[in-house]
Amino acid sequence: MAKHPTPLLDQLESGPWPSFVSDIKQEADHRHANPDGVEYQIPVDVCDDLLGILEMSYVDGETHWKHGGIVGVFGYGGGVIGRYCDQPEMFPGVAHFHTVRVAQPSGKYYTAEYLRALMDLWDFRGSGLTNMHGATGDLVWLGTTTPQLEEIFHTLTHDLNTDLGGSGSNLRTPADCLGQSRCEYACYDVAALCYHMTIEYQDELHRPAFPYKFKFKFDGCPNGCVASIARSDFSVIGTWKDDIRIDQDAVAAYVNGEFAPNAGAHSSRDWGKFDIVKEVVDLCPTGCMSYDGSKLNIDNKECYRCMHCINTMPRALKIGAETGASIFVGAKAPILDGAQMGSLLVPFVPVQGDYEEVTEVVENLWDWWMEEGKNRERIGETIRRMGFQKMLEVTNIKADARHVQEPRTNPYIFWKEEDVEGGWQRDVNEFRKRHQR
Amino acid sequence: MAFISTGYDPKKPMENRITDIGPRKYDQFLPPVLKDNYGKWDYHEIIEPGVLMHKGLSGDEVYTVRCGGARLMSVTMVREICDIADEFCGGYVRFTTRNNVEFMVNTKDEALALKAELNGRKFEAGSYKFPVGGTGAGITNIVHTQGWVHCHTPATDASGTVKVVMDEFFEDFGSHNMPAPLRISMACCLNMCGAVHCSDIAILGYHRKPPLIDHEYLDNLCEIPLAVSACPLGAIRPTKTEVNGKEVKSVAIKQERCMFCGNCYTMCPSLPLSDKEGDGLVIMAGGKISNRISNPKFSKVVVAFIPNEPPRWPTLAKVIRQIVDAYSKDARKYERLGDWAERIGWERFFEKCDLEFTEHLIDDFRDPAYYTWRQTTNFKW
Repeated sequence: MAKHPTPLLDQLESGPWPSFVSDIKQEADHRHANPDGVEYQIPVDVCDDLLGILEMSYVDGETHWKHGGIVGVFGYGGGVIGRYCDQPEMFPGVAHFHTVRVAQPSGKYYTAEYLRALMDLWDFRGSGLTNMHGATGDLVWLGTTTPQLEEIFHTLTHDLNTDLGGSGSNLRTPADCLGQSRCEYACYDVAALCYHMTIEYQDELHRPAFPYKFKFKFDGCPNGCVASIARSDFSVIGTWKDDIRIDQDAVAAYVNGEFAPNAGAHSSRDWGKFDIVKEVVDLCPTGCMSYDGSKLNIDNKECYRCMHCINTMPRALKIGAETGASIFVGAKAPILDGAQMGSLLVPFVPVQGDYEEVTEVVENLWDWWMEEGKNRERIGETIRRMGFQKMLEVTNIKADARHVQEPRTNPYIFWKEEDVEGGWQRDVNEFRKRHQR
Repeated sequence: MAFISTGYDPKKPMENRITDIGPRKYDQFLPPVLKDNYGKWDYHEIIEPGVLMHKGLSGDEVYTVRCGGARLMSVTMVREICDIADEFCGGYVRFTTRNNVEFMVNTKDEALALKAELNGRKFEAGSYKFPVGGTGAGITNIVHTQGWVHCHTPATDASGTVKVVMDEFFEDFGSHNMPAPLRISMACCLNMCGAVHCSDIAILGYHRKPPLIDHEYLDNLCEIPLAVSACPLGAIRPTKTEVNGKEVKSVAIKQERCMFCGNCYTMCPSLPLSDKEGDGLVIMAGGKISNRISNPKFSKVVVAFIPNEPPRWPTLAKVIRQIVDAYSKDARKYERLGDWAERIGWERFFEKCDLEFTEHLIDDFRDPAYYTWRQTTNFKW
């Protein structure tokens, strides 16, 4: 018998898509039955009370969660988000319901053994409810009490060799696409760079030193499967400099219908026979391709690597051999000044060795932003306030036509005094010798 | 419920403390076939909706079965995932950015058997636990935020709205019947924990009433200068007011300047803005992340307000159905929703989707607004 009636939430158990309500109810029953004899460290009816308070929100049309207080583990300023409900008498099981962010492995790969150990810990010391995964990338554990936090951290670090993620005005847990682990398009070792940057900047991840949050995301190619260009302050997107590699025999196999276009992505609908001119050549945004009936030609100098032809014929066309990445800076969601897309700062970086060419850009940007950024100002907003040129100056990067969609349409150029011959200091008496008052 | 300690001693917090070790290194978790072919993949194919095959230059193949899940998952659910990974996949599994689960096996036969197995598992009340799909030109899982389940600023629920929209488009999750991938995302307030502002269709929780002011407690709970500076529109100023005959420090709000971003509430809990009638949903459309064919672009607001209608948000599901059906019927192969809207023109988009254009859809926020007004005679009747 459910602790709280949930007539509204019960309606979310119908329909085919996995029901989170069914899952929470199943977990509530599991905790009450406790077949494994777990000595639960937070109230056993936490799941029942979560359903109860959620039902109340469904009636009221308002959330019943309060602001987080200051909770966390000793020495860290990130990784735990305090959360309390505003009806603790009615729902004591979720009166204290803090979130724990746990650093996820690159590509979100797990062994069942490791995942079970994580779940055992969260069953024992938390609500037994998770997000797999949070939007930034971390494993998110929903709901525990303050006395459990250090204990969870102790087990994570000592027994599971795993750390907390980031929250607050910190570096957030970096995230990546699956990269070279299972994708032929990845232009650099995404997981290796993501892991390197995560370890290199642990201090920034756990101790707030920034004006606001800062996110690294790593996409292996311009398809952008982790959306880095839209949602990360520092976005690394794989690309290449040389020619797309063509296998003309495979091109012929697509043309004669032997291989399904777009790797079979359109298979549920009859779009007619594959037409390489209509579907590839004519859709090329730079018009750099031609097909003479037997051979596909690409004028690679004019290609800007949008991926359409490669996505459409992955067995015939391969990314170039001289690979690396482009770096974009300043993406964010609308709060406060409106949404921003990442802007290109470094057109090409090889992404090799100790990644010094990447970390140098990061550190120059941080030094500047920590000095100039206002409280709760994302770096994209600082750049807009202070200008793209300023960003070039602090990162020692030379201006390039690739930095802009088009040159400026106003001539209000902020020349610096040192840029102008003879400087700005002049003698008015000398001027008056040439011009009467 | 006796308290059990790991041995952590609060009196000596630094003793045996381990910090800043980061996540486990990824290479410990890669299935052997991925480890062997790391960086040496040749091509991939989608065998059928939800089943991918990746071929290594070595000739090795790996088959991936992708299934959807509510991102909110219990430990029991994750343990079931672990059991499946043990039984079918040598104990390996991965999650995708869009909250799908991927199981990898060595042969096509195993993959198809696993697909059938996953599609056969259901909750007692009837919904699927692991529906297979989410690949190619279909609608994949909706990335989303916390909503009423766990967040202090939401204007709507996230898990519930996602559940009803995915119920509505369940068939499209398991097939490749769209002109191009169609990505739906959900954020329960303007903070947008995620990237809904660049999605084909975005569901966004939204407040429409300026904050309440809890004068009696404000000065105890908030730093007034922080609350004042939090407002991007300068609508908040410090003031003094009388509560129960006593003068207290507080703030005043120029309500007509408020655009309901909620940043002040994040800085000051005494300025709540949630409200049953005021809160609801905005629908945005036409954004994308990929550089394929056209540049990445922001989503545009196409419906300024849909009321919260828990538990099943029927208007939300209906409006998204209108947009998806019009797009699916009219767009060309490979054409993303935003590219379709730009090709036919936004005036035609509203007509084909049977959506009303209102003054709320004309941008009036700062400089970028100007760049969205029409400055040409090239419009359509």
